[in-house]
Order: sequence, then structure tokens, then C-alpha cells
Amino acid sequence: MSDQQQSGSTVTGAESLVKSLEAAGVTDIFGIPGGAILPAYDPLMDSPIRHILVRHEQGAGHAAQGYAAASGRVGVCMATSGPGATNLVTPLADAHMDSVPMVAITGQVGAAMIGTDAFQEADIRGITMPITKHNFLVTDPAEIPRTIAEAFHIASTGRPGPVLVDVAKSALQATTTFDWPTEIFLPGYRPVNRPHAKQIREAARLMLDARRPVLYVGGGTIRSRASKELRTLAELTGMPVVTTLMARGAFPDSHPQHLGMPGMHGTVAAVAGLQKSDLIISLGARFDDRVTGNLDSFAPGAKVIHADIDPAEIGKNRFTDVPIVGDVREVLIDLITTLRTEQEAGNTGDYEGWVQFLAGVKAKYPLGYDKPADGGLAPQYVLERLGALAGPETIYTAGVGQHQMWAAHFVGYEKPNKWLNSGGLGTMGYAVPAAMGAQVAMPDNTVWAVDGDGCFQMTNQELATCAINNIPIKVAVINNESLGMVRQWQTLFYNSRYSNTDLHSKRIPDFVKLADAYGCVGLACESPDDVDATIAKAMEINDVPVVVDFRVHRDAMVWPMVAAGTSNDDIKYARDLAPQFDEDDL
Amino acid sequence: MAKHTLSVLVENKPGVLARIAALFSRRGFNIESLAVGPTEHDEVSRMTIVVNVEDSPLEQVTKQLNKLVEVLKIVELDPNASVQRELVLVKVGATAETRSQVLDAVQLFRAKVVDVASDAVTIQTIGNAGKIADFLRVLEPFGIRELVQSGAIAIGRGPRSISERAKPVAVPVPPAANSN
Repeated sequence: MSDQQQSGSTVTGAESLVKSLEAAGVTDIFGIPGGAILPAYDPLMDSPIRHILVRHEQGAGHAAQGYAAASGRVGVCMATSGPGATNLVTPLADAHMDSVPMVAITGQVGAAMIGTDAFQEADIRGITMPITKHNFLVTDPAEIPRTIAEAFHIASTGRPGPVLVDVAKSALQATTTFDWPTEIFLPGYRPVNRPHAKQIREAARLMLDARRPVLYVGGGTIRSRASKELRTLAELTGMPVVTTLMARGAFPDSHPQHLGMPGMHGTVAAVAGLQKSDLIISLGARFDDRVTGNLDSFAPGAKVIHADIDPAEIGKNRFTDVPIVGDVREVLIDLITTLRTEQEAGNTGDYEGWVQFLAGVKAKYPLGYDKPADGGLAPQYVLERLGALAGPETIYTAGVGQHQMWAAHFVGYEKPNKWLNSGGLGTMGYAVPAAMGAQVAMPDNTVWAVDGDGCFQMTNQELATCAINNIPIKVAVINNESLGMVRQWQTLFYNSRYSNTDLHSKRIPDFVKLADAYGCVGLACESPDDVDATIAKAMEINDVPVVVDFRVHRDAMVWPMVAAGTSNDDIKYARDLAPQFDEDDL
Repeated sequence: MAKHTLSVLVENKPGVLARIAALFSRRGFNIESLAVGPTEHDEVSRMTIVVNVEDSPLEQVTKQLNKLVEVLKIVELDPNASVQRELVLVKVGATAETRSQVLDAVQLFRAKVVDVASDAVTIQTIGNAGKIADFLRVLEPFGIRELVQSGAIAIGRGPRSISERAKPVAVPVPPAANSN
């Protein structure tokens, strides 16, 4: 539409919506039409916006998330009222937990019918209130442009998050004028980006005084695009770094200061790095229970500097000595400046003993795994090879469970926005649609979805969307024919009684045939000798999606592990094996 | 557990009350009373919320409330530095024998009879929670037939206003906000 910026033109509400999305800079939408949103799909046909018709609204939502997480741009999905909208609930909740900038547009029944239990009516605004950053119900067509402008502003600024805009069908059909606002007023929404100078000085003082500090890096570091500054600060101070599940790639895995991922399945070095520290510098992390384990015994000797753009995160779970409200990147820039000045004045921290101690722990308890005695395929080996062969420019998405933890540990991440997964909500089925969204946003990068056989069967219908729309994602199904993480807990905590975790996925379905049926290339691999060749073959195919059924050993477990609710002090690096720390080195 | 009185200024828009109530209910807090009404600014409503809760979860809820886009300001009012009032309408039995005693109580508490029937009167009283509780205790023997109570409203003492605030700042909309 050449007249897209033209103000004051008479249009339908539907045209106003599409023009508003264009004005907001939207280039791609994932969605499915239906009754209430139908008016919007007519002008969409003439718009330069690419609409990708998915097979299930959940796929549209996760695709918008993957799009956003890979590119940093706002992801957009569209659905009709009632069931179309409720199918977006899971992705919205997921985006809310993981701070993903996303806008969902839903059709609503006509304004006069709202509240009458009309066909396909659901109070999606009420339903999504606790799982969105904000949401709107629009019944007046004149409010469409301003609402869309506000939705994109709210989704993408401050702590990013999902915003839902529910538009009544009557508003889409009515005649209105299109006026794209030049400014918006949100008196109750004032995110603080710039940190307070006094807090920065106080933080710098603690950092210089500490003897056992650790940089605890969370997903906010990736959202604020602060990897470069993080590396500068880390190298300036020499402090050890841990990156949470949401922050994998924020700091290169190959960097000697990197201890890996902390938490329930964290590396021994990363868990010890937090647990035995005297100062935790939290950067866009939120002391999640999966990181802290039992809170009362978490890092008992540590003071805490907590930097976050969301004031409600600070002090929520753990007492904070120095709270810093601000964008992580701005915080890092100010800390670097302050610490450089101190350094020039001859003030530096002394962390030598601590760094040596952690280097010892890292060397003594590296990530590892046992090769299956029967010569079967170790899932960890598949991911190790995938990381080595696909390389650091590849974007990886994962579902939730054992394969996710193995992918987090063994692929190896060097750059931000290359590891996308469902961290907070733990949504099985995230990987395939998120990979689709990431591939649309980043067409020049290879995108591998690492999925479990359980997860894959929740959302693999989007392979049809990928095949038809030339979105050549690659899927590595880590097939252990089980709900593997649940099975692991049954092994450890329920006397190996495997209640309802056996999926029989090496028998049904046949993933190679399933791939074929969806117009994708299906490959299978069950021997370690074939892994490299299979990955190489998958990497050669760039015109259609590829699904590789890696038929792995089913008894492999994720280690290290801190059992739920216990202390991080009780970490096991393999079953019944606790690491021994030489505390005298500290 | 201590009683806290929060004054919350919000944009006068549909759905705001639901968002706020949901934040409290999600954490299992029981709202003791809630009063909502207009303010000196047409576009702003004021809620007075009284909750019984420990300090630290209250701080978390306050922070969460502040995150709501339509919440403009939250102030916790110190009972010693604010005026708090509740309104009660109570229907009390009043026969020929007891009527004069009831009216004595009304006068003593500076309440007001707003409706009279053959064997009952309806009394209005305004005060803080303590005074109202005392008054109801005195009326109890006559038979309280029906009781309706407003939520507390409260205002800080002194010349300052919590609704004094900077003019809302306009945020420019970039020509293509999404194409970075």
C-alpha cells in the first residue's frame, strides 16, 4: 500500500489495522483466519506484510516468539476469537515468563454480542491478563492505530513481553479514519533504563572488595543486547561468569572465564561458583528456583548486586545488598567506566585464589557422559557433534526436557540470540514452531530445532507450514522413545516404576515417513558412526525442511543434578557421586 | 500480620479493577476492603485498598501493581498521618421500649437516623474502623437486622496531594518501530 502513511484517509477498521501494522514496521505475521478476524484478512491480502498460514495457533504464537528471540524484533501472530485466541494462551504465557517482545492480534465477536456467549466468544482479554505484559480490547475503530502503536511500544521497551490486542469484528467492519499517531501517552508506563549513579558506585565498591565474586548472567543480558559490554566487564575484572539457561550464548562458551550454566542441571563449576561466592553480580537474571535450589541454603556467604530493568524482580527471591534498576547494557557501560577509573587509580580486585579454585573444579568435574555399553547412540554425543558441525552462526531451538539440557550443555554457544528455548514456562512443543519463526526472521542462518520425541509430537504439524512456505528448518529428534526427563525422575525418585512415560516412538510413528508425508526429507541415525555423515547430509539440504530421527539410548540421564527442593551443596555429577571440593584452596 | 492502607491512582479505564484484584488473589491475599471512585482529575480514579499482610509480600505486590500500565501511583498511607473513614448503614430493631435507647446511642456516637419504620430504624455512621466497631457493639443487643459497610477511604494529612504529578510525557512513535 503506497498510501500507508497517509493520514486521515477513510478506511474500514480492518484496513486501519493492517495499515497500523505496516506503520509499526511489521513485515511478517504468523496466523490463521477465522470468523471474527476475517475482515482483517481481506486487506492483508494486498499488504506487503508476509502472512504465514500456520496449522495451529499455538504454532503461530511460538513462531512469533522464535522470530523475536532470534532477531530482537517484535514477533506478531494473529488468530480469530474463541478457540483461535485460547490456542495462543500457551505461547503468551511462555513469552511472558521469558520476556519475549510479541504482539498478538485476535478477532473478537461484534461489540454488541460481547458477553452473550456468542459463537466462538471467549473473554481473551480477561483470560490473558495475568500472562501478558498488557492487553487491550478495541471496540471503537478510531482507537485501532493508537492501540497498535501502544502495543508495540509496550512489547518492545522496558522488560519486553507479550501484548494482546483483541479487536471486535464490528470495529473491523466499521468505517473510520486512519491516523497513525506521532506520539503516545502512557502515564503509568515509565521504564527506567538509566541506572542510578550512586548504586553503580556502591556496586563497584563491593566488586573491588570481594574475594570470590561471580557474574551471574541471565536472559536480560541477551534482551538488552549487552554481550559485548559483558565481555568487556568480565575481561576487565577477570571475574568468573555463569550463564543461565536463558542466557546461553551471552558469553562465549569457549571463554576461559566461563563456568557454564548454573542450576538444577548446571555444571559443577557454575553451581560451585555461585554457591561458594562472596558476591553475586546478577545481570538480568531472576534467582529462579531452578537456579537457586533451596533458597535458604543458596550461596549463604554471598552479598548480592542485582541489576534488572524490572524493579519487581529485585529482592523478590533473594535479599539484595545493592539494587540497580536499569537496562543491563547501560548498567554494564557504567560499571565499566567506574571500574576503569578505579583501575587507573590503582584499585583492582584480588580474585586470584578464587579463579584458581574454580579452574580446579572445572578441570576436575568437566561436563561428561558415559557411552552406552551396548554401543548404542549417546544423545549427548549427537549434540556435541551437531554443535561442532553446524557451528556458531547456527540458531538452535529446543523443546523441554532431557534433550533441552543436553543441548544447553553440549552444543556450545559463542554468540547471543543463537539458543532459543522455553525457560520459564517449560513448554514442550516450543522447538519446531520457534525454529520456523527464527528461520523467517533470519533467512540466512541455519536453524536447527533440537526436539525430544515427546515434544516433537506436540507441534510437528508446522512442518507442513515450513515445507509449503520454503522455511527450510532442520529438526534433530532426540528419540529415546520416552518422556525422558519424567522417566529420569522415575528412575531416581520412584523406584524405576515407569508410569506412563513410555511413548514407543521408535515404533510409532515412523518419523522418517512422517517427514516424508509433510514434504520434508526424513533421515534416521542410530549408530555413533553415522552421526557426522547424517548431520552433513542434513546440512546439504537447504530447499526443504529436514527431520533427523536420532534413535538414542533410552537410559541416558542428565547430569549434573541438584534434586528438586534440595540445596545446591548436594549437587551430584553422576548418580550417587558428589564432587569433593578442596576448600583449603579457597 | 499488619493492616496496610494503599492509595492507588489508576487510569479510569475498564478492566483496571480486575487486573488489580487478580494480583492480590494470585498471591492469596485477602483484600479487607476496597473503595473505588473518581478524583479531581476526570481521567484518574483512586482506589483505597486495605489488606492484612506481612511487609515483604506487600512490597512485592506493590511492585507488581506498579508494573501495571494503567496504575499511575501507589502510596501507602500511615494511619497516624492520614484520615481514614468508612461509611456504615445499619438497620437495627427499635420497638417502643428500646427506641429511645437506640436514639441515645445514635446521639452519643454522632450517627444519624436516615430511615424509620414501625419496629426498626436505619442508621448511618461515618468513622474509622475502631469507632464503627464500638458503635456496632452498642447496637448489637437491639438486634442488627442488616448491615452494609463501605470500604475505607483515606487521605494523607497536611497540604500535599498525592495526585500532584508531572504532566504525562509523550513518547514519540518511530516511523517504523519494528524495523530495526
